[in-house]
Amino acid sequence: MSAETTPDAFRDELRAWLEENCPQEMRDGKMTENGICWGGKNWQFTSDAQKQWLERCAARGYTVPTWPKDYGGAGLNRAQEKIFHQEMDRINARKPLQSFGIWMLGPALLHFGSHEQKLHYLPPIARGEIRWCQGYSEPGAGSDLANVQTRGEDRGDHWLVNGQKIWTSYADKADWIFALVRTDREAPKHKGISFLLMNMEDAGVDTRPIKMISGISPFCETFFTDVKVPKDQIVGEENRGWDVAKYLLTHEREMISGGGAGLSGGGRALGAVINDTMEGISDATLRADAMRCEIDSLAIGLTLERYKDQAEAGQGAGDASAMLKYMGTELNKRRHELMMTAGGSDALEWDGPLGNRAGDWLRTKANSIEGGTSEVMLSIVSRRVLGLPG
Amino acid sequence: MEKLVLTEEETMLADMARGYLDGAAPVAKLRKMRDAGDTHDAALWKEMAEMGWAGVLVPEAQGGSDMGYAAANVLAREMGKTLTVSPFISSAVIAATALRQVADARAEAALARIAAGEATYALAVDEGIKFDPEATQMTARADGNGFRLSGKKQFVVDGAMADRLLVLARTENGLTLFDIPADRAGVTRDRSNMIDARDAARITFDDVEATGEDVLGQVDQAMNVLKPALMAGQGALAAEMTGLAAGAFDMTVGYIKERKQFGVEIARFQALQHRAAHLWCEIEVTASAILNAGRMMDADPENAALAVSLAKARATQTATLAVQEGVQMHGGIGMTDAYDMGFYMKRARVGAEWLGDYSYHAEQVAAARGF
Repeated sequence: MSAETTPDAFRDELRAWLEENCPQEMRDGKMTENGICWGGKNWQFTSDAQKQWLERCAARGYTVPTWPKDYGGAGLNRAQEKIFHQEMDRINARKPLQSFGIWMLGPALLHFGSHEQKLHYLPPIARGEIRWCQGYSEPGAGSDLANVQTRGEDRGDHWLVNGQKIWTSYADKADWIFALVRTDREAPKHKGISFLLMNMEDAGVDTRPIKMISGISPFCETFFTDVKVPKDQIVGEENRGWDVAKYLLTHEREMISGGGAGLSGGGRALGAVINDTMEGISDATLRADAMRCEIDSLAIGLTLERYKDQAEAGQGAGDASAMLKYMGTELNKRRHELMMTAGGSDALEWDGPLGNRAGDWLRTKANSIEGGTSEVMLSIVSRRVLGLPG
Repeated sequence: MEKLVLTEEETMLADMARGYLDGAAPVAKLRKMRDAGDTHDAALWKEMAEMGWAGVLVPEAQGGSDMGYAAANVLAREMGKTLTVSPFISSAVIAATALRQVADARAEAALARIAAGEATYALAVDEGIKFDPEATQMTARADGNGFRLSGKKQFVVDGAMADRLLVLARTENGLTLFDIPADRAGVTRDRSNMIDARDAARITFDDVEATGEDVLGQVDQAMNVLKPALMAGQGALAAEMTGLAAGAFDMTVGYIKERKQFGVEIARFQALQHRAAHLWCEIEVTASAILNAGRMMDADPENAALAVSLAKARATQTATLAVQEGVQMHGGIGMTDAYDMGFYMKRARVGAEWLGDYSYHAEQVAAARGF
């Protein structure tokens, strides 16, 4: 599976491997909350097939196909990655593993981490052994993220961390946390932040789930009281954590935007989804709205592809993630509004005839807030792309 | 398929085109032509032919540059930015694509004339207020070895100045496409006074004689030739409209950076910043659909219909937004004839209708996506 393998040979080999190794139960393309394998020390596999699928993929580097082989990936180039996703979609395969380690910390470590840190932290992410959460937002640091007040006092061989994070997704289920901590209180706010890695099992770390409007509690408050963080658990330089934070945010935003384009999970057309519910869309207004949504969804999907192709060709636009995040999440909200309309009163019951449709709909409302609000995204585009005065 | 990123050649082509058009065909040129009542600039078209633009889709054997659809879209996009007046889409894209579907000596000679800038074409399809080729009523009655064409066409873009007309008419068992000189006996052309100051005509065909030689492709099988030509035209028009949106956007952002109210540049107001940023996002997304349509037309034209309709629908939506935001952000001055924004708005409206409006193309996308 080297980079020299021809695309056709790669596809043939991959297809044969998938045919043999992807359990039938994992070929339902399930993208609901229940279908996801998050991994981690406390992970309870929902079936033997889920465990088998994760282990087989991890052994081939397929949980993180583009990461280097040394760090648990398969070292695929962009062309091979495209083929990989096409072949996975072709058999409706579930993703073997999803996690913030894959989406967010991994890319940041690959870019800013030392070789030792990469060897230490990345393979357990790829194998689904360690589950990470993100300690960014605080009660007083939402859109103004650089205003974080959680502080780390220098105690020689460690930092002593005290403070509070909020909206920490799955903090109650995570093994480790990557967090923004103020290590210099005198410096301007962007210049006194460090990017620290902390073990959630350490003394002084406490989490409290927050019940959300969707009825579930994916978000938590996380409290740090005199938590000792060894000095080698910093990514990048001391007080330069904002660089890492911003880099990671671009990956987070691209990840969030992808959900809206409807490309994940086999790229099912909205019309087909609505047809399932309504046995043909007889409502002319809904049909027209859904068609508009479908058109925008296809175009945004192509834009995700285009930006990936541009990045590979070295024409990366650094602030494109703000645009993708804004367009993708606003689209996703539209899409779920339409699916609720299509579902009619069936969609109004928790765990009713349409499963968790209402919960999914409510969850999308966070998409245009988390990872930077739509308004913050527009301000980023305005300043950095259009060059309008701040 | 080539990747969704401009190749080095395409980037160079775009840069070259921009440099040329900024000098040879800025919006001021359109204004001058409008004021003089001109809708065709023969000297400009000749230069475009010399640069290989007229022959962008003509094989090299017929003197063309044969650069493909993605490249044609690059050119159309640049022309959209400056509202360049030319028969590029009618002749270099639509007619050339139609003629390429026919492999005979007559079609090859016609392609050579297009590439050389010696013949311009217009496509006469519309009969009602909306684009609907299948509903064609105009008849081509069999008469001896030939045909007699009778009926009316409207919104024939470039129809008042074109040397030749591609005419869709109903024959005994279907539709047939004819390629005839525009001055043939029985053809009456009335130039339409268009809002965008560009060429279009209402054309009456009164028992016009056509021979078997004038049939493009097979009798009763017009769509084999016309469908790829329409798709090519729709893709290039979508590219032009995306360029138009970008042109209107650049002008608007330039204006709000200069214009002062309350003692500051109005670009400092977040209400305007977010509108401008949103518009930029929409243009970026549409640009992806345009590039994809060109790539699909080059790589797999048989299966490019969805990509083309997606591009035209998005371009229509985006251009419409861009000109409305353009006028609004300019304020009162944007409503004056002295400012160029109005030219963008009027061309966007004509482009929205030509070759199928948003609803038409939305229906094509819906059909392909299982609605």
